[in-house]
Amino acid sequence: MAEQPTLSLHVPEPEVRPGDTPDFSNVPIPRAGSVERPAVDVDPREIRDLAYSIIRVLNRNGEAVGPWAGTLTDEELLEGLRHMMTLRTFDARMQMAQRQGKTSFYMQHMGEEAVSCAFRKALEPGDMNFPTYRQAGLLIASGYPMVDMMNQIYSNEADPLKGRQLPIMYSAKDHGFFSLSGNLGTQYIQAVGWAMASAIKNDSKIAAGWIGDGSTAESDFHAALVFASTYRAPVVLNIVNNQWAISTFQGIARGGSGTFAARGLGFGIPALRVDGNDYLAVHAVAKWATERARRNLGPTLIEHVTYRVGAHSTSDDPSAYRPKTESDAWPLGDPVIRLKNHLILRGVWSDDRHKQAEAEVLDTVIAAQKEAENNGTLHSGGKPSTREMFEGVYETMPPHLRRQRQEAGV
Amino acid sequence: MARMTMIEAIRSAMDVSMRRDENVVVFGEDVGYFGGVFRCTAGLQQKYGRNRCFDTPINESAIVGSAIGMAAYGLRPCVEVQFADYVYPAYDQIVSEAARLRYRSNGQFTCPIVIRMPTGGGIFGGQTHSQSPEALFTHVAGLKVVVPSNPYDAKGLLIASIEDPDPVIFLEPKRLYNGPFDGHYERPVTPWSKHELADVPDGHYTVPLGKAEIRREGSAVTVLAYGTMVHVALASAEDTGIDAEVIDLRTLLPLDLDTIVASVKKTGRCVVVHEATLTSGFGAELAALVQKHCFYHLEAPIVRVTGWDTPYPHAQEWDYFPGPKRVGEALVEVMEA
Repeated sequence: MAEQPTLSLHVPEPEVRPGDTPDFSNVPIPRAGSVERPAVDVDPREIRDLAYSIIRVLNRNGEAVGPWAGTLTDEELLEGLRHMMTLRTFDARMQMAQRQGKTSFYMQHMGEEAVSCAFRKALEPGDMNFPTYRQAGLLIASGYPMVDMMNQIYSNEADPLKGRQLPIMYSAKDHGFFSLSGNLGTQYIQAVGWAMASAIKNDSKIAAGWIGDGSTAESDFHAALVFASTYRAPVVLNIVNNQWAISTFQGIARGGSGTFAARGLGFGIPALRVDGNDYLAVHAVAKWATERARRNLGPTLIEHVTYRVGAHSTSDDPSAYRPKTESDAWPLGDPVIRLKNHLILRGVWSDDRHKQAEAEVLDTVIAAQKEAENNGTLHSGGKPSTREMFEGVYETMPPHLRRQRQEAGV
Repeated sequence: MARMTMIEAIRSAMDVSMRRDENVVVFGEDVGYFGGVFRCTAGLQQKYGRNRCFDTPINESAIVGSAIGMAAYGLRPCVEVQFADYVYPAYDQIVSEAARLRYRSNGQFTCPIVIRMPTGGGIFGGQTHSQSPEALFTHVAGLKVVVPSNPYDAKGLLIASIEDPDPVIFLEPKRLYNGPFDGHYERPVTPWSKHELADVPDGHYTVPLGKAEIRREGSAVTVLAYGTMVHVALASAEDTGIDAEVIDLRTLLPLDLDTIVASVKKTGRCVVVHEATLTSGFGAELAALVQKHCFYHLEAPIVRVTGWDTPYPHAQEWDYFPGPKRVGEALVEVMEA
């Protein structure tokens, strides 16, 4: 009998660590325009290969090519560029505000702006997103007032959530943005339930669930897929694969499987992978999936392939676990620059107009910031009342809470 | 008006609620076509269709999580977890989401859901068909926790729970499903048809949440109980001849403190009974509240009679279950203190 090896545990490691040269040679990037665009009523079994490819529209030269191109007008693209620039500037100002002690916490979207900004434009009024903490583009692109976002971040007297929530945990029902929770993955199955409700009521609204690559390992990811599949819920299940879950590279969550998108296949859910840094591709795929849901054809899983350029949060230092220049080496580039170049190529934009737009966006964001800061920041100025701490636990305050409120002297 | 078992009363509550409000939906494992492993949803799918009452995959977190999403949309889901012992996979959804949704969204989103689950022992259910996890929910701000002890209350409390604007954990003592049980396991079981609290109106009525009921008036000692232990406490009063006032709490959160305090101030003594394990059980909260609000009226230390701090055993069922003998001894103990 041949000698058996002793068992050993496999712990995946990223290719490179701080001090190494960034390397994404293991990430195959298909040519833009090379992936087919199936009919929305396609049998999911016929498009299994889409879970292993990457749908891309913008090529190296900035041209929009292939069957997924052409879902947006010039005006819509210019608006999309403005949304992404606004989100990036918003991030920069709020990051700085956190360093200045005006708020306790912030999380940036750097590099991922196209994902939420472009997806939002495929939704209709009344649809509901169940976002994570890294989809503020859904708010920006839906016209939610930046000053209200900042009021929430500052926990000031105009905070729509009355100072009860950690900064960036927005809630904006009227803008199709479900209340954010700190508990990862929970909202994914809630999105499916919301979509089931819409189907139960023979409504026409659809839901969109959001999750990061790391959180797909949570049990509620599986919960959502099995329910979405069983009941053919009108939901788009988005996975934002930004390669990193705090310090953990995506291989820890993904294990040995091919892609995150491929996880939908076992549930009979059509699964698409899209270039998350390609505004046009994200929108085209979102449009395909939302149309599928709206036509009662069931759920779609979308893996947005992108890269988390910034730190995980203001409490994180990525140089402790990945090369400082890794984001520069990311083969899908920068979503803002790519759309900018495309619009210049189309002759509807220029470097000068871009510079001018940057200045305008900065002015707008600063004006909103000043307005928000007039309502107070975390440690100075107006605050939500202490009485608000006791409100809203239940619709009607029960006797024990009334007693505690009295004890608290408010 | 008909005599109903607790099962029939619970079914009737969902029937009435589904008829009155088309936003009420009922789902869970085996709940649809089959009508539930305890028959609590029998006939509802035939009557209201698969859109209103349906079976789910075996995933408690998904059952509760999807219900939260539905509630955010505007439905009123009344979902079932097959045994309270299996609620733990849904604990994150209940604690982190359902309980906090109104608070964290400043009322933009609310969570009017009911999570029904059979609870309690006395049925040789062993470790995972006997637990009483109520203290895991009474510790959570934003939840309401209800435990009925008879068919009339079960229906009225369940309708009130479904109509409540906030999430309700509705614990159904399965030992009481077919008849009252006072812990005298050696005697034959009496069916609900012999009990006046099984007189249940056919139509709509509610029993308000947050209100206790005095089941037996007495002057010597106050017994605080809920679920199956209400019947055990009544039997103990009869067995010992001690004039105990037995309070059926019915709702644990929010608690009817006024009824409790008035009673203990009258009797000067208090025994707390529950099936759940002792340490950090709901009895600890009850004892602390009574101590705080009735300290100068107490004639004896507050005594708790509860399950032991062990997992729920199988062969030792009646050594574990706090039956009338142990409760009776506690009554004697506080009277002699």
